[in-house]
Amino acid sequence: MNKIWLVIQREYLTRVRKKSFLIMSLLAPLLLAGASVLIAKINAHDGPDQVLVRDDSGLRIGTRLADTDELRFVPATEATLAETQAAYEKAKPRPAGLLVFPAGYVLDSATGPRLLAKGNVPLNRQSNIRKAINKAISEMRLSRSGLQQKTIDNLQARVELTAINLDEKGGKRNDVGATTLAAYGLSILVYFFIFIYGVQVMRSVSEEKSSRIMEVMISSIKPFQLMMGKIVGIAGVVLTQFGLWLVLTWAVTAVAVPLLVGKPDKNPATSATMATAAPARAAATGMSAAVEARSPTARPVSDGNQASAAQAPKESLWEALQQLPFWSIALGFLFFFFGGYLLYSALFAAIGSAVDDQTDAQQFMLPVTIPLILSYVVSINVIINGDPNGTLAFWLSMIPFTSPIAMVMRLPFGVPTWQLLLSASLLVLGFVGTTWVAARIYRVGILMYGKKITYRELSKWLFYKG
Amino acid sequence: MTSSPTKTPILEAIHVRKQYANHTALEDLSLAIPEGSIFGLLGPNGAGKTSLIRIITQITGADSGEVRFRGQRLSPSHIGQIGYLPEERGLYKKMKVGEQLIYLAQLRGLSRAEAVRRIKGWLDRFDMQGWTNKNVEDLSKGMQQKVQFVASVLHEPSLIILDEPFSGFDPINANLLKDEILRLKSEGATIIFSTHRMESVEEMCDHIALINRARKVLDGPVSVIRDEFKTNTYEIEGQGRLVLLHPDFEVIEQRERENDRFYARVQLHTNTTPNDLLRYLIGPGQVQVLSFREKIPSINEIFIRRVQETMPETLVAEMSQ
Repeated sequence: MNKIWLVIQREYLTRVRKKSFLIMSLLAPLLLAGASVLIAKINAHDGPDQVLVRDDSGLRIGTRLADTDELRFVPATEATLAETQAAYEKAKPRPAGLLVFPAGYVLDSATGPRLLAKGNVPLNRQSNIRKAINKAISEMRLSRSGLQQKTIDNLQARVELTAINLDEKGGKRNDVGATTLAAYGLSILVYFFIFIYGVQVMRSVSEEKSSRIMEVMISSIKPFQLMMGKIVGIAGVVLTQFGLWLVLTWAVTAVAVPLLVGKPDKNPATSATMATAAPARAAATGMSAAVEARSPTARPVSDGNQASAAQAPKESLWEALQQLPFWSIALGFLFFFFGGYLLYSALFAAIGSAVDDQTDAQQFMLPVTIPLILSYVVSINVIINGDPNGTLAFWLSMIPFTSPIAMVMRLPFGVPTWQLLLSASLLVLGFVGTTWVAARIYRVGILMYGKKITYRELSKWLFYKG
Repeated sequence: MTSSPTKTPILEAIHVRKQYANHTALEDLSLAIPEGSIFGLLGPNGAGKTSLIRIITQITGADSGEVRFRGQRLSPSHIGQIGYLPEERGLYKKMKVGEQLIYLAQLRGLSRAEAVRRIKGWLDRFDMQGWTNKNVEDLSKGMQQKVQFVASVLHEPSLIILDEPFSGFDPINANLLKDEILRLKSEGATIIFSTHRMESVEEMCDHIALINRARKVLDGPVSVIRDEFKTNTYEIEGQGRLVLLHPDFEVIEQRERENDRFYARVQLHTNTTPNDLLRYLIGPGQVQVLSFREKIPSINEIFIRRVQETMPETLVAEMSQ
C-alpha cells in the first residue's frame, strides 16, 4: 500500500509539475470565457433575422406581421417584384428571405405566400415565418367578421405550460432547456476526460515499457500496484484540473465577463459558460430571490408587444440551471465519471502494455474507443432527443461500458434512486472486471518485447500463471 | 535444514521449473548461492539465466520447486534485501537523476532522508556530483548506466543481481564498476553475475553455475571446478632441442621459436607428477627450462567441454566465438 502510494505520488507530481499542465489549466477557462464573450458580442449585434416583405395583394398584410424574438419584418419599397428581388440579392447584410404576397391573394386562400431566399431556409425559421403569417391572417379574418381589435386581443390565449418534476421535493419547476444544457455539458466532459486521460494512461504505460524500466519496477512492486498507482495518480491530475477549471472559470465569469459584457445574469454569455461554471456558481450564488420573482405562473396576457419578453427565456435558463438538484448531480457526475475513467483507463493501460510502440496501439484502441464514442452518440439521440426514462435509456445507463456517459446524461432529468444504485453497483463490478482482465494482460505485456501481438495472443495471456 | 546458520546459503533454488507457452525455460534447477560470494551464473543466450533471475527478483514465479532466501521461502518481504540491475537498462527519461534514485530506493523500502544521504556518497564516488538535477535523457549512455547501477545498490541489499553488468561500459568505467563490486563484496554483500561472456567475470567469481538449455550443467567453487577439469597438462617454454619420447608424457603441441627456443604443451599420464616431467626435462631432455606452468582450463573451455556431448556442433561453435 505504501508502494502504491509512492507510484501515485510520482505519477501525479510529474504531470502536475509540467508546464503544459499549468498552461492547459490556465488557458482552458480563459479560452472558454473568451469564447463566451465572443458569442455574447456576436449575439448582441446579431439580433432577429430580417425578412423583407413584398405585399402585392393590396391587403396590407405586411403591416400586420408582428415582429418576434427571431424575426423582424421589413416592408419592401421597390416598385416591382423584380426590383425587390434584385435589391434583396444585393443587400448587405442580406435579409433572411423575401416574403411575397402575390397580387390576387385573398384572405381565404390557403396557399399563396412565397418565401424567396438564397440558399435553404432553416426549418425552424420557415416555421416561425409561417406562424407569424397565420397569426396576422387570423387576426385580419377576425376583424373582418366585425370584432374590435381589443376584443381580439382579449380572445387570444397566451397560456404557458409548466412542467413539474414530481421526483423533486416540493415540485420544482422543470426547465427542459436548462436540463438539456446540463446533460450535454456534463456528458461531454465525461466523454472528453475519459478519452484524453485514458489515452494518457496508455501512452504513459507504453513509454514506461519502451524506456525499459519495467523490469526494475516490477522487481520492486507488483504489476497490479504499478498499474493502479498510475491510473489513480492520473485521476488525481484530472481532479486537480477540474478543480482549477471550476475555480478559474468561476473567477473569470464572476469578475472578467461582467466587466466586459455587463451584468452577467442578463447575458447569454453566461449560458455558454454554464456548462463548466454551473455547479460553482450555483453554490456561490445560491437560490436567489430573483427566482421567486420570476415564478412560473402564466405571463400577463395584455401586451401585444413581445419585445419585452425577449429577455425572459435567457434569464430563466440561468436560474433554471441553478434550480437543478446540484448535489445529487455533482455527486452522481463524480461517481460515474471516475467509475468510467477507471474502467476505461484500465483497458487503455492494458493496450499500452501489450504493444511495443504507439503505432501498434491503434488497432487495439478501436474496440475500447468504439463503446465510448457509441455511448455518447447513441445517448444523445436516445436520452436528450428521446425519452430520458425510456427502455433504451435505462439499458444504456446500466451497462458499465455506456453508463458513465448515459447515466451522467440522464442525471439532470432525474433518475430513480434504485436505478442509480443498480447502475453504480454494475459500474463497480464492471470496473473490477476490466481491471482484472487489464492487469493480467499488463503483467505479461510489460515484459514482452518484439512479439507481434494478436487478440488470440492477448486472450492467452489472461490465463498465464504468475 | 539442519545446517548451521553461517552455512545457510543466502539463496537456494530447489528443483525449480519454469515453463513458457512453448518452451521450457528452467528444468529441475537446483543451486545454492553462498553468503558473501561472487556467484557467476553463466551460460549462452537463452539458456535460462534471465528466467532464473526473474524468479529470484519475484518478477515471475516458478511453476514448481522452491526458492529460499536465507532459509525462508522467498516472499515480497525480501524485496528490500535484493538489488537488481537488469540486462535491459532503462530509467524514466524525463525524471531528474536525484528524484529517480530516491523514487527507486523508496520502492525498495528505503526512507527518503536515508536515500538522499546515500545518493550523495554514490554520486561522489562515481564522479557525478552536480548531476542530481539533470534529466536522465540529458545524460550520456555511460552516465545512465552508472545511475542505474547506483539505483540497484542504493538500498544496500545483501544480495545484488547484476545481469550482464559490463555491457555498455567503457574500459575505464568497467574498472570503476569492478572496484565497486569488490568493495560491496568486502562489505558483506553477495553478488550474482549473470553473463554469457564467461571470460569477463571468471577472474572475479568464487562460485559459478553453468546453465545450458534450461538445465544446470555444472556448479561449484571455481577452484574445485578447475581442479576437476584439469587435464594434467603443462606449458613449457625453454631453450634447446626438445625431444620427448618418454611414455609417461604426451606432447600435445610443440612449436619451434627463434633463437633455438621452443614452446610445448605436455600432458602427464596418471601416476606421473610435474616434478617427474621437470626432472626429465633438465636431465635426459637436455633443455633449459625458461618457464613451466600448469595449463588451467578457462571457464569457457570447461563449458564447451561440458556441453559438447549434449549439443549439436554448430551451437558449440557459436558459443566459442
